[in-house]
Amino acid sequence: MRKNALTSREMAQFVTHGFLRFDGIVPDHLNQAVLKEISEGRLDGVRYNQERQSFPEYFAQAPAYASIYDLPHVSRIVSSLVGPAPAIDHCALHSVYANTKHAQFWHADATIDPRTEAFDIQLYYFPHDTPLEAGGTLILPGSHYRRVHETTIARYQNIQGQVHMVCPAGTLLVAHHNLWHCSQPNRTANHRYMIKLRLNPTVPQTRLFDTSDLQDPEIPTILSTHHAWPGAEIRLEILQRIRLWRFLTQTDVDVELWLSRLENSPQARVHSHQ
Amino acid sequence: MPSAVTATATVRQQLLFLYLTHPNPTAPTIAWSLFDGTGQAERISGDADEPPYGSVLEAMKDGWRVMQVASQQPAYPGMEHRTAYLPFEFILERLVEMTDA
Repeated sequence: MRKNALTSREMAQFVTHGFLRFDGIVPDHLNQAVLKEISEGRLDGVRYNQERQSFPEYFAQAPAYASIYDLPHVSRIVSSLVGPAPAIDHCALHSVYANTKHAQFWHADATIDPRTEAFDIQLYYFPHDTPLEAGGTLILPGSHYRRVHETTIARYQNIQGQVHMVCPAGTLLVAHHNLWHCSQPNRTANHRYMIKLRLNPTVPQTRLFDTSDLQDPEIPTILSTHHAWPGAEIRLEILQRIRLWRFLTQTDVDVELWLSRLENSPQARVHSHQ
Repeated sequence: MPSAVTATATVRQQLLFLYLTHPNPTAPTIAWSLFDGTGQAERISGDADEPPYGSVLEAMKDGWRVMQVASQQPAYPGMEHRTAYLPFEFILERLVEMTDA
């Protein structure tokens, strides 16, 4: 079980892929307790946190679910991304009934979100085993920089590199708010549940993680990963990763001069000497 | 009501959307969707991990007709590095003759 904050390498993976997944990170006794809360209707519906209640206030009816975020290893993951005291945006119980044949359309949860230096996270929690036939959420790695609005991407059915969330009980998918996703058919005889919690940062998201490995030579390789789907636009994706990475790390790191050459304006130096 | 049944041919349209890595019709397929007016194929998100055709040209060789190719516009000032939808979208059709007895 992890004990520390996210590493720089993990943060680079988040910046590149738009998510990190932690399989079975929640212990089974808590998974069982949360399933009981679900069965009792304590987590029903979508609740927006207009009153900006604290975790204990907001989840007064579902203390087992709230306690997941008190687990030290989970708390450190969350604080590495959105700081030590993020605000609850909303929480929603997602249920897919047994023998459901339809799938959601591809969508991003956000409205078009023009922020470049701040992001919310969404924690997808799978309280029970989710095999492929139960239709765990389908996600598209690397899609989080695309400025789209909700189901305006619904025309797409399949995209190279899409990933089905097949995972054991207690798995957390920690995602950028703009990651493309959709729920999938549940061909089992049991209901499938997933709880999604959105958190807003309340501090600048700079160096909140463990920076002791910031010089890891693998990080530029991670930041320049080619996903299967961007095609000719991959360099634009890499530019956006570098920009976010620079903000998160407060450095001027680059990958193969992608950004530096665009910032090179010798004429500006000429003008400054005049 | 007439008792004799006459065979009639009815044409239905199938639409295939292919998204390529770049605007050349021979480029590899990165995303795809099928909408079948015959009602025989109900396609949904996530139902296949391999595309039906490797490129638009491959689909053309199998009888699909190109209805629309990806249009290209220069980037708006200030938006040169921004991305959104999959840009290299080709729309293809196939007409299927259905016989109603």
